[in-house]
Amino acid sequence: MAIKDRMSGNEAVAYAIRQVNPDVMPAFPITPSTEIPQMVSTYIANGEMDTEFIPVESEHSSMSAAIGSEAAGARSLTATSSAGLALMWEELLLAASNRMPLVLTLVNRTLSGPININCDHSDGMGARDTGWIQIYAENNQEAYDNFIQAYPIAEHADVHLPVMVCQDGFITSHAVENIELMEDGVVKDFVGEYEPEEYLLNPGKPIAVGPYSVSNYAMEAKKNQEIALERSKEVILQVAEAFEKISGRKYGLFEEYRTEDADYIMLIMGSAAGTAKQAVDDLRLQGKKVGVVKLRVFRPFPAKELAKALSRCKAVAIMDRCESYNGNGGPLGSEVTSGLYRNKVMIETVNYIYGLAGRDFTVNEVYDVFAQLENMIENGQQAEQYQYIGLRKQEAPSE
Amino acid sequence: MMSTGYEIRWHGRGGQGAKTAALLLADVAFKTGKYVQGFPEYGPERMGAPITAFNRISEVPIRVHSNIYTPDLVVVVDETLLHTVDVTAGLKADGAVIVNTAMSEAEVRPLLGGYQGRIYTVDARKISMECLGKYFPNSPMLAAAVAVSKVMDKDEFIADMQASYQHKFAKKPEVIEGNMKALKMTLEVFENTADENVEKSA
Amino acid sequence: MRTDVHKINEQTPHEELTEGLMMFAGGTSKYFQTGEWRTSTPVLHEDLCKQCLLCAPVCPDSCIPVKEGKREDFDYDHCKGCGICAAVCPFDAIEMKEGR
Repeated sequence: MAIKDRMSGNEAVAYAIRQVNPDVMPAFPITPSTEIPQMVSTYIANGEMDTEFIPVESEHSSMSAAIGSEAAGARSLTATSSAGLALMWEELLLAASNRMPLVLTLVNRTLSGPININCDHSDGMGARDTGWIQIYAENNQEAYDNFIQAYPIAEHADVHLPVMVCQDGFITSHAVENIELMEDGVVKDFVGEYEPEEYLLNPGKPIAVGPYSVSNYAMEAKKNQEIALERSKEVILQVAEAFEKISGRKYGLFEEYRTEDADYIMLIMGSAAGTAKQAVDDLRLQGKKVGVVKLRVFRPFPAKELAKALSRCKAVAIMDRCESYNGNGGPLGSEVTSGLYRNKVMIETVNYIYGLAGRDFTVNEVYDVFAQLENMIENGQQAEQYQYIGLRKQEAPSE
Repeated sequence: MMSTGYEIRWHGRGGQGAKTAALLLADVAFKTGKYVQGFPEYGPERMGAPITAFNRISEVPIRVHSNIYTPDLVVVVDETLLHTVDVTAGLKADGAVIVNTAMSEAEVRPLLGGYQGRIYTVDARKISMECLGKYFPNSPMLAAAVAVSKVMDKDEFIADMQASYQHKFAKKPEVIEGNMKALKMTLEVFENTADENVEKSA
Repeated sequence: MRTDVHKINEQTPHEELTEGLMMFAGGTSKYFQTGEWRTSTPVLHEDLCKQCLLCAPVCPDSCIPVKEGKREDFDYDHCKGCGICAAVCPFDAIEMKEGR
């Protein structure tokens, strides 16, 4: 029986953590993720869960401790945002290369500078090449659902990789919205007990984790890690299917919204996907053939699958909530276009940078993007291939 | 544009409880079976600085995740904001604005940048001092928002708030009565003035 | 997933390596014969040795076994020939000889 409730995204994730009741949670506070460890420690203090909470002195330590406890055989997690994730950088790679199935709930916030506490994806995108699985949420419901699916994905024998469950800072983390929760027993049965095959605190079966590896071994190890990440795609889909059976909610690597006959598609990730869907509904009423592809799983990157999903449209707007300073576009822009090219899908693309450091992204801006795509295809009006949305512009000098 | 439900924008100052009022309104509207959103616009925590908070209330699921630019209702928790913030920006012509002030509607109108729609005033300070002995404007302003928006039945609202306060103030039960009194007193004020205003603007 | 670590070497293809290069055994360093690296070899002159045991604790590779209060001959399978033992011996009982 679904429980209808209303809560913020942070509350929803904390609620899911209580239901899963992992063994160990080392954490250090940083806005806007602070509420998560705060709420978890309140649950623990009230005797509603018995996770071992470790207050540490930094995020470098929280991720180190999470890796340590996971290696020891304990189901572990931590939470962070922005600079906290940046401080974990070295450990993020270790968690993945040591094949630790731990979970990090990331509440996306921009990275300095300029210093700012609001949402964009520069923290998560900065960690895109660390070997973690990354799953992004549109709203509190998805943040909750994705967390519940995280351990079954991470701990699957074909995967054994850490999972980052991401949601947009403030926009969903601090917004109260309706949600459907599941009963504790249902969640516990779905996630199950953690029974690792090999772990450090296993008397009589000694192991060594993270040994130095000379060049003859390291490259092979990296290849194996890549294979596991690729295999995780299938596992993510299997877990989603099992999750649908208990929740009635369907998940995939991405969601296709009104794209069947769409000429123009907006590819977007996170909370802004909801805004884009609203705009698509509005434009459909005017007869415009538009749709949205909402990317849920950014790592592993579903290049082939996306190329197929976009192959029938005339132009795609690739939306990046992150500047990557490569002079050529944002991270999604680069990866989607390379995916299209490699799969020989030669459609027009425009890479838009939006919503940096909490800049609002509106339904009207979605209309403008679709209008530009249409104008490009229908009237041959060239669009800048890599451009910013919502930026103030200097007024043109009068003649 | 397609409707995204009833949209409310709150203007207050850090520490006055505008954010709490928005979250409470989301709470009570949820209990009447509606889809809700309640969220503040976040920045650094600065007591006294102008802040904005938002509500969307709808019969259908809400997907938009942006601020509100064309609200149906604006609630001004602190009248000093009228001099610094364009509170009626984008406010729908058939919408309404509620201002916490001892001034009359006629006195406030010139301060609202030519807004032609409905204007309501409520003296939240007076109500709060009378019911709570302290100045907490958010309970009266919450009741005012419910009265004007009609997003829910008043009796249902009162019953829900009783439960909410009992939960929220479990450790300070002495303030529940005063807050309930403030809500009811505000609703009574609106029983009279609201109808007058509706006639006026009609 | 548990693999006999003795079967893994620098020629093993990636499919046969362990996940995260995890080692499924403890104390595996003793399987690695570092004595092969030695270019200079310590030789114990038992007639000069007073069994003071200053040499045993300073050996970085634990190659001087001590039993019942007396040191025994070097563990040449693992001794890298660093010469620290010869340097600390007050009685010139350890001599470093060229080669292995």
